[in-house]
Amino acid sequence: MTTTTLAVLVPLLPFLGAAAGLLLGRTAPGFVRPLAVLPALASLVLAAVVAARQGGDQAINAATELTPTGSVPIELALHIDGFAALVAVLVGVVATCVQIYSTGYLREDPRYPSYAALVSLFTSAMLLVVYSGDLMVLLVGWEIMGICSYFLVGHYWETPEARAASIKAFLVTKLGDVPFLIGLFALATDAGSFRITKVLGTVASGGLDHPTLIALLLLAGVAGKSAQFPLHTWLPDAMAGPTPVSALIHAATMVAAGVYFIARLLPVFEASQAAMIVLAVMAAVTMIGSGLAALAQDDIKRVLAYSTIGQLGYMTGALAVADRGAAVFHLLSHGAFKALLFLAAGVIIHAAGTNSLAAMSRMTHLRDRVPDAFWTMTVALLALAAIPPFSGFFSKESVLGAAEHAATGHAERVPGTSGWVVLVAGLLTALLTAAYAMRLWLLAFHGRGAEAPDHGRQPLTMTVVLWVLAAPSLAVGALAYRVLPDWFDGRDLAPTLTTSVLGTGVALVGGIVTYAAWRHTTAAAARVPLGAVAAHPEGDAAQVEAEAIASHAPVYGGVAYAPDPADPGRLLLGPLHRHAAVGFHLDAVYRVLFVRPVQAGASLVRFLDREVVDTYVGGAGALPRWLGLAVRRAQTGNVQTYVSALLAGTVVLAVAAVLVATGA
Amino acid sequence: MHLAYPAVLSALLFCTGLYGVLARRNAILVLMSVELMLNAVNLNLVAFDVWLSKAAEETLHSGQALTLFTITIAAAEIGIGLAIVLAVHRNRGTADIDKLRDTAEGHESDGPDRDASTAAQAEKAEATA
Repeated sequence: MTTTTLAVLVPLLPFLGAAAGLLLGRTAPGFVRPLAVLPALASLVLAAVVAARQGGDQAINAATELTPTGSVPIELALHIDGFAALVAVLVGVVATCVQIYSTGYLREDPRYPSYAALVSLFTSAMLLVVYSGDLMVLLVGWEIMGICSYFLVGHYWETPEARAASIKAFLVTKLGDVPFLIGLFALATDAGSFRITKVLGTVASGGLDHPTLIALLLLAGVAGKSAQFPLHTWLPDAMAGPTPVSALIHAATMVAAGVYFIARLLPVFEASQAAMIVLAVMAAVTMIGSGLAALAQDDIKRVLAYSTIGQLGYMTGALAVADRGAAVFHLLSHGAFKALLFLAAGVIIHAAGTNSLAAMSRMTHLRDRVPDAFWTMTVALLALAAIPPFSGFFSKESVLGAAEHAATGHAERVPGTSGWVVLVAGLLTALLTAAYAMRLWLLAFHGRGAEAPDHGRQPLTMTVVLWVLAAPSLAVGALAYRVLPDWFDGRDLAPTLTTSVLGTGVALVGGIVTYAAWRHTTAAAARVPLGAVAAHPEGDAAQVEAEAIASHAPVYGGVAYAPDPADPGRLLLGPLHRHAAVGFHLDAVYRVLFVRPVQAGASLVRFLDREVVDTYVGGAGALPRWLGLAVRRAQTGNVQTYVSALLAGTVVLAVAAVLVATGA
Repeated sequence: MHLAYPAVLSALLFCTGLYGVLARRNAILVLMSVELMLNAVNLNLVAFDVWLSKAAEETLHSGQALTLFTITIAAAEIGIGLAIVLAVHRNRGTADIDKLRDTAEGHESDGPDRDASTAAQAEKAEATA
């Protein structure tokens, strides 16, 4: 088979799997698990073959016109360069791991068939986005991912948090998608085509008339999808979905789609200096804000969600200094270790029976209950904190190196300001990242107090994939920075001495300071009993998680917050903790700016409908009703009265006829 | 004979019938008045038929033929009418038209009909409850 055929099969197989899963889910439950896992596995193999054949050489382009539109044609096009080939492999790996993990995690879930089919559909859409060479086809995948995310976040729809989170995720991302669509139209109008190759050709020849407008419109969609400030607020709430979904969609793939999109169209953004500076500032605010917020979260998954936002900030930061190699390198390594972190967190939540770090910090021997999760999570947290020699170190250093390169004025077409902004924010975030990674590790695995509840052995499907995902975080980084430049633009991704020393230094400082704070506060933990644990020794992990999510707000007073004086984050953040726990009140700001006006508008419309429009309608009905009342009086029931009226009418008509006939 | 005599007679008969229909209370008398009106029309038909055939404009005597039809139909009509009156009288014990006001607006029917209607209402209420 040609590489093109293989590449077409890569997104097609999970799509067929999803269709078959939705159709057969009820009638043939035995096929559901194979139908979920095998297409993902097959497309992973095919994606690997495509990547091997592509090999970082000339991009593979293939196109067939979908339909003549009269103006700008829409084509089914493939555009596979080194970025696309490798990102597709990442998506395949994570999707396969998540599907295998889900068979254990949602073992007894009655809605597993539709869940698995939606995950397959999502995988297919993401692969479509990755391979597509046409912006309209890319948009189709982009929106399918959005709707899959909506359904999967709301998987535990019995809990009000999940319902609210799914609607919020959908609305906020759509808020970005509308400008995104307009931006795509503007771009296609300027370039005369939706094909990425032609768009890039137009940009290279300077044919783009409104680069800043287009770049900013596209940026809105990217900010929504990739959870960048100010449209990031949906991502922490999306953690109300099942953990494997968080791992696949809200950590490793969908949120990376925005970054990947900019990486594909980087020259469009480079054409506008203003857009690059906006991108840099957005990345910087996202990174620092999310780092602070992550330090104050109580829900283990929300910590990871804010961490995801921060790491995506690194990627957009790399793009802001026009180094897409570094951005996609970080995307790849982050995708692997963040999926691992989430899947391990799922195991921990199952074992501990709670998602609250405050409750976990009051349990001993949680570590021994889930040794696989402990070791792999340690590896992933080290990668997250960018400690050498784990993969996160190399990818993060490549980002910081690119920022330093731009800051010192060595990069063309990139303003030095963006370089400095990204560099400073990146170093600060490295400190915060190490701090919250350390806090998570200490609170989850070094608790003191009662014995952790026994939820039995974790299913093999859930622990094996952890080790599969741990392998890239452990070993690949050092190899990757030597090999990847051949696949990407050829820019050097090797860590430079200055940024390595600085980055690792601040990360160590962050870790040590947190450890010291934890030693200081841990004595208080014993004094303040806290926490609630869902105990279902027989139940599967999904049931435990759903109950943990549902009970968090009633027990601790908020989805993100716990009144725990023994939290080292509270000591480190000081008065900032209260604000950081609620994401710096951004939700409240949105409530004032958008939700309240919309609700006020809705009540105005309701008033107009009830009081104004209905008055006219009621009035229109009242007049005939009064006339009818008058006419009804005539109905006496006496036949002779009727006949008299008939006679009178006949006489009148006869007289009229006679008068007309005689011409009077 | 001049045409005026039967014409005036039939007009008088018709008016008598009309008065009876509008003013009598007994249903049987109302029916009789209807017969009077029909016969006034018959008289007219015959008289005009004769007058027209005298002028030799009409030789088929269709007016007299039509009168035969009218008489037949009137017989059928009075038969049905009397049957109805008889049925009403058996049912209500009266043939007084003024008391047969079931179709009046806001009229509450009395007698066996009401029980049936209330029973139907109760059934409906049970179904909705």
